[in-house]
Amino acid sequence: MKVSMTVNGARYDHDVEPRTLLVHYLRETVGLTGTNIGCDTSSCGACTVLVGGESVKSCTMLAVQADGADITTIEGLADADGELHPVQEAFREKHGLQCGYCTPGMVMAIVSLLKENPHPTETEVREGIEGNLCRCTGYHNIVAAALYAAESAKAGAA
Amino acid sequence: MVSPSVMRRRGSHLGASVLRPDGGPKAKGEFAFSSDMWMDGMLWGRTLRSPYPAALIKGIDVSPALAIPGVRAVISAQDVPGRKTFGLERADQPVFASDVVRYHGEPVAAVAADHPDTARRAAAAIRVDYEPLEPLVVAEAAINAPAIHPDGNVFRHIVIRTGDPTAVGDVVVEGTYEVGMQDQAFMGPESGLAVPSLDGGVDLYVATQWLHADRDQIAESLAMDPRMVRVSLAGVGGAFGGREDVSLQIHACLLALRSGRPVKMVYGRDESFFGHVHRHPAKMWYRHHANRDGELVNVEARIVLDGGAYLSSSNAVISNAVCFAAGPYRLANAKVEGWAARTNNPPCGAMRGFGAVQVCYGHEAQMDKLAAELGMDPVQFRLKNVLRRNDKMITGQVIKGTAPVEEVIRAAVSHPLPVPLDSSAEMMSLPGGAGMTADISDVRRGVGVAVGFKNLAYSEGYDDFTTARIRLDLSPQGEPVATVVIATAEVGQGFVTLASQIVRDLLGVDQVVLAPAGTEDIGSAGSSSASRQTWMSGGAIEHVCMMLRDSLLERAAGELDCPSSDLIMRDGEVSRESTAQRVSMTSLLAAGPLQAEHEFHHAKTQPLGVDGQGDAMLSLMFAAHRAVVDVDPDLGLVRVVQVTTGQDVGKALNPVQVTGQIEGGIAQGIGLAVMEEIVLDEGRVRNPSFTDYLIPTALDVPEVAATLIEEPEPGAPFGAKGVGEPPTISSGPAVAAAIRAATGLDVTRVPVRPQDLALRR
Repeated sequence: MKVSMTVNGARYDHDVEPRTLLVHYLRETVGLTGTNIGCDTSSCGACTVLVGGESVKSCTMLAVQADGADITTIEGLADADGELHPVQEAFREKHGLQCGYCTPGMVMAIVSLLKENPHPTETEVREGIEGNLCRCTGYHNIVAAALYAAESAKAGAA
Repeated sequence: MVSPSVMRRRGSHLGASVLRPDGGPKAKGEFAFSSDMWMDGMLWGRTLRSPYPAALIKGIDVSPALAIPGVRAVISAQDVPGRKTFGLERADQPVFASDVVRYHGEPVAAVAADHPDTARRAAAAIRVDYEPLEPLVVAEAAINAPAIHPDGNVFRHIVIRTGDPTAVGDVVVEGTYEVGMQDQAFMGPESGLAVPSLDGGVDLYVATQWLHADRDQIAESLAMDPRMVRVSLAGVGGAFGGREDVSLQIHACLLALRSGRPVKMVYGRDESFFGHVHRHPAKMWYRHHANRDGELVNVEARIVLDGGAYLSSSNAVISNAVCFAAGPYRLANAKVEGWAARTNNPPCGAMRGFGAVQVCYGHEAQMDKLAAELGMDPVQFRLKNVLRRNDKMITGQVIKGTAPVEEVIRAAVSHPLPVPLDSSAEMMSLPGGAGMTADISDVRRGVGVAVGFKNLAYSEGYDDFTTARIRLDLSPQGEPVATVVIATAEVGQGFVTLASQIVRDLLGVDQVVLAPAGTEDIGSAGSSSASRQTWMSGGAIEHVCMMLRDSLLERAAGELDCPSSDLIMRDGEVSRESTAQRVSMTSLLAAGPLQAEHEFHHAKTQPLGVDGQGDAMLSLMFAAHRAVVDVDPDLGLVRVVQVTTGQDVGKALNPVQVTGQIEGGIAQGIGLAVMEEIVLDEGRVRNPSFTDYLIPTALDVPEVAATLIEEPEPGAPFGAKGVGEPPTISSGPAVAAAIRAATGLDVTRVPVRPQDLALRR
């Protein structure tokens, strides 16, 4: 089936098998491997991307369901000259990652969370990332990164 | 495949919370994980695994798979040209099962095809004629059961005896304890890319903990000179012990050589549960004796670890279990007996804490029982008996290094307790959380404390070493650059940060480049396990920096025409105090680059001798945890509210990374205590997915407060001990103790399941 969508501002048109998951389309057809696959059962959130600004686990969605959509992946967050998005910067600055495998999904989930709720409490952050698993950090520095990003004015406007 | 990282100095001294050099690339999604590798014309590999835990293989017909268009190679045991088995300690595990299957998920064949779906269909099309057998699934029974492997069913049996094992105390407490099978559950499933090379060898890019051990096992099975097998580290999505053994390495290389094409293998989460070893389930019996005044007199223990179908590192795990069985306490008399047994359960091996975790549940439950029996406060009772420097362990080893056991306990219990439970508590913060099931008036709070310890690096006479090489050169811009070549696996722990901190501190070079880790250009770094890389790889880098510093001083001495003993090196320049002359590193390197290499071995240890006695350990790490839990006794639900800890770190070389290890390690510890278990039914894994094997979420982890106890360890590079494992040892036992305190139940099995609490009231 033919699909066309905008990914990180660029338009892509492809012929895909109907069963292709969005995450496989992004990784293997578009070639954006920043979005990771951790579980295949929509449990871990490593594959979280934004579809029309909303966070979506891209293993729960078929590529054809995203036809016509505007997708943002982790690669689409930093600005053109490579400066980190405030949430990315917060992860770097607050040691919010170790192995980094969950990080792209976590960052996307938090970008979406902060868009809906620019000044969350710690509990609201935890509830907001409850669908994203991390095995390295115990989440403490991830939560700290989210709160740090929320504090920066830039994040509020992002 | 991991790009070399160039780092510039930013307050980069050892002891400072320097940020990870890969933090930016990982936050941007630019860091290449092993699963991201891609090569034109590559094929996709897929493993066929046994659905039975025990079976005879009567025949394998691969022709239906070969007939599928797009299939380029199908291999099974007969296609392994060299050694048909592999293993970390001894090669007892088949690369592919040939005549007999010994665990659910054991590889039987593998295929390579031009599309992952084709590979999956082809693997499913292979016809295997199995004759299922009754699986042997109980480790205690396996010890005396007919052998299910030519090497027998007992991997290792160890007895530790010291003092008078018949000594009797005023009070005696006894208990049996059980620990379930935990999975490392690293977030990035196993993956790798094998590429046939023009010289007839193979290049493998893989996420692993120990590049050279992989290489040697691959080479044996390929019947190839190890130099023809080049293994490079691809980005690792966590490890925790689960990547120390070979998983897809040999299969991918075989498929690449057979097809003549690059072959990528990526496990899904379900296959990951079958593809690596797990934490050993344990059954433990303990009897402790103490005097009325609270002095420990004697410990008797029997420990059985279920090693599963193949050896992996079971021999070292059972050694740890018996050596640490008494906990960090003085005991003049002991008899501890341990077995690691072979069963038809999934193979077990390394996981964070490595044998010390299981016994900590036993000895700490016993300490609380004794304290209760004696009417003593459990913390005071422990403090009365803790090991100190120059005390003897039950193995007879006198502790020559630091042993701040009292300090870690006092630190753990000195943190403020959380706000008491009251009727205004939010539903989400109660046991059951979003299920909204808790009735606040029924919820009970409990507090528990536990203490644990473990060895750092490899023990029992193992010759543990790390090789490092550093080249000092000038960049095209004329600035000094240090290039570090070392095969240490960065698995998330932050070794890359530490390596550059050491070089910057010791050589005063701003630009430090870590070359990609691989086997081709340098000797082994050993495994990123056993909390050993700060000591071992850090020590190797330190030594090479010192060699380079001596060479720089020699050069400067020639230039200044004075003895090198008159010179000192500081902040990247050499100076002569008496004349205030200075020579910059830039001018010293103008004469040409300098290079040095060193193979760093830690101090020798001894094997365990008669009665399990011997100086088997290099260094010991201690930690204590206090856990606060809320329990809904009606539904048997537990919420861990807070965990506080004191941890003996020697010296914190990067406090933010140390704290990160502590917070992550505690999450894994409480996971084992209340959530995580691979559920087996007659040897079959029932929950190989993240929907059925639950790991803690951001809502499950408690508040954590940590105090780092810094007493520099003699003989350790920079005085630093390892930090990765202790957080996972006693955090879970502290949670179990807190559940006992909240419920009054004895709680002898972890993970503590709802039915263990609700149905026993």
